Amino acid sequence: MQSDAPSVPADLTLSARRSPYFPVVFSVLFLLTFVGSYRLAQVQPLLLVEAEGRRNIWKFVSGMFPPDLSWNFLSLLGRPILETIQISLMGTFMAVAIGFPLGLLATSSLTFKGILNERETAGSRPRALLRRGSYLLARAVLSLFRTIPEFVWAFMFVRAVGLGPFPGVLAIGISYAGMLGKVYSEILEHVNPGPLEALQSTGASKVTIILYGLIPQALPNVVSYTLYRWECAVRASAILGFVGAGGIGQQLEISMRMFNFNQVFTLVAILFVMVAGVDALSARARRAILGRQRV
Amino acid sequence: MANAPLQAAAFAPPKGRGLPSTSTLMILVGFFALMIWSYVGTEFSLRGLLGGESAAQIGTYVTKLFPPDLSRDFLLKTGYWTLETFAMSFLGTLLAVLIALALVFFSSRNLMFAGPLFEMERSRPSVRAVRTGLYLSAKATLNLLRTVPHIVWALILVFAVGLGPFPGMLALGIHTGGVLGRLFGEVVENVETQPIEALQATGATRLQILFYGVLPQVLPEFVAYTLYRWEVNIREAVILGYVGAGGLGQQIQIAISLFLEHRLLTLILAIYVIVTLVDYLSAYLRGRLV
Repeated sequence: MQSDAPSVPADLTLSARRSPYFPVVFSVLFLLTFVGSYRLAQVQPLLLVEAEGRRNIWKFVSGMFPPDLSWNFLSLLGRPILETIQISLMGTFMAVAIGFPLGLLATSSLTFKGILNERETAGSRPRALLRRGSYLLARAVLSLFRTIPEFVWAFMFVRAVGLGPFPGVLAIGISYAGMLGKVYSEILEHVNPGPLEALQSTGASKVTIILYGLIPQALPNVVSYTLYRWECAVRASAILGFVGAGGIGQQLEISMRMFNFNQVFTLVAILFVMVAGVDALSARARRAILGRQRV
Repeated sequence: MANAPLQAAAFAPPKGRGLPSTSTLMILVGFFALMIWSYVGTEFSLRGLLGGESAAQIGTYVTKLFPPDLSRDFLLKTGYWTLETFAMSFLGTLLAVLIALALVFFSSRNLMFAGPLFEMERSRPSVRAVRTGLYLSAKATLNLLRTVPHIVWALILVFAVGLGPFPGMLALGIHTGGVLGRLFGEVVENVETQPIEALQATGATRLQILFYGVLPQVLPEFVAYTLYRWEVNIREAVILGYVGAGGLGQQIQIAISLFLEHRLLTLILAIYVIVTLVDYLSAYLRGRLV
C-alpha cells in the first residue's frame, strides 16, 4: 500500500510541460486523497491475516474442491447459459437500435457543424439553435444512459417489469446504447470529409450523403466496436443475474448464498470458457472486417 | 478509432449490381436467426414495451422516483457514501497497479527468456527452466485474478473479512490487478527494441536496460491504462455495494428493497455526479501526464 506508484509518472512530465508547480501540487493532492481514502474505506489489512479471516478464506478454498460436476447440477445450467448469450445478443441489438439514431444526432458534423450544414444554418438562427439543441439533448441522454451502471438499471427494471431475462435485456440495451452512441458519434465525426464534399457538389441530398458518403466510411469501425461491446455484454449479462435478471448469474448467486463453493468453482469455470469463446469469435470477426488489421 | 478513413478505404467493396454474394447472404440470414432466437429466448416483447403493460409499469416506476429526497440530512449521508465509493475505486485502482507492477515483468516473455536480451546467452537449462516457470506462474496468476468476476471476488472477501468498503476495495484491486497486468504485459512485450539494443551495445546490465530502455517507453501507456481502468472501477465500485461492500451500491440496494424511491433518485444522481467527475478528472490527468 505505498503511495509512490502512480506519482512516478508525474516526474516524467517535469522536463517538458508547462507549469513547474504541477508535480508538487499533484503529489500533495495525491497524498491527501490517498490518506483520506484510506480512512474512509476503513482499510484494515490485518483482517486478512487474522484467525477468523484466514479460517473463512480456507473454508472457501477447500470448499471449492472437488468442483461439482454431478449431472444433477450440470443439467440445471444448460438453459441459464443459453439465456445469458440471448440476453447479451438481444441487449446489444436493442443498444444499437437506440444508440445509433442518438449517435447520429450527437454527431456535431451532422447536426450543426461543418460542410453538410454550412448553407442551411447560415441564414436562419432559430433553425441553427434547434439543431444545436437536439445535439446537446442527445449527448445528455447518452451520458445519462451510460453513466448509470447496467447493474443499477437492471435492479430498477426488475422492480418495474418483474424477474426474468427481460429486465436484463432492457438494462444492457439502455446502458450500452449510451456507450455505443457516444463512440458512434466519435467515429462519425472523424470520417474523411472529402467524399462528403464531393457528393455535396454533385447536388446530393443530405440523406444520400449520409448513406453513400458517411456510412460506408464509418461502417467497419462501427461494426467492430459493436462486436467488442457484445463481448462486454456477455460478461455483464452473466453478472446481472445477481439481481434476478436471468442467466447464469442467478445460479451463481444461489450457489454463493448457499455456501456451495464447489458449484461456484464450476460456474466460474463455465463463465471463463464462455467469455473466452465469445472473445475469440468476436476477435476473428473483427479481424475479418477490419482487413487483417490488429484491433 | 482515429484512423477510420484508412480502414474504410480497405473495406469498401466494389459495389456490384444485382444480387449480393452468397457469403453476405449467409451472414445476414445467420444474423436474423440469432436475433429471432434471442428475441424468443429472452421473452422480449416489443408490443409490451411500446405502449403495453411493461411501458405502463416503467412509467409508474419513473413517476414514483420524483421528486428526489433532498433533505439536508440525507444529502449529507449521500455525500459520505459517495466519498466512500470514490475511496474504494481510488484505493482499488492503486492496489491493482501494485499487483500488476509486481507481476508484469515476470509475465513478459521478452524480459524473461525471449528476444534480443537473451540471444547471446547460453544459460544452463536449469536457469532457463526457472525463468520459464516464473513466466508461466505469473501469467497463470494474472489469468486467475482476471477470470473471476469482481463481484465473486467481493463475495469471497465479504465472507472473509466482513461487510464494509474494505472488501470491496480489495475485490476491485484484485480483479483489476489481473486486467491491468495483462494490458501492461502487452505494452511491455511490444516495446521498441532499438533503445534496448543500443543500451545492450554499451554493455548495460539487464537491470539498467529495464530502467533506462524499457520503463521510459512503457510508463506513459501504463498511466493511460490505469486512468482508464479507474473510470471503469468507479462504476464497478457502485455495483460491489450490492453484495455488502459499502458505498452507494449498498444504499441503492436498501432503497430499492424498501421501496424508498425518492431516496433512490438522489442516490442515482450522486452516481451520475461522481462518475462524471472521475471521467473528467481522468481525462484531465491523461492530458497532463501522458
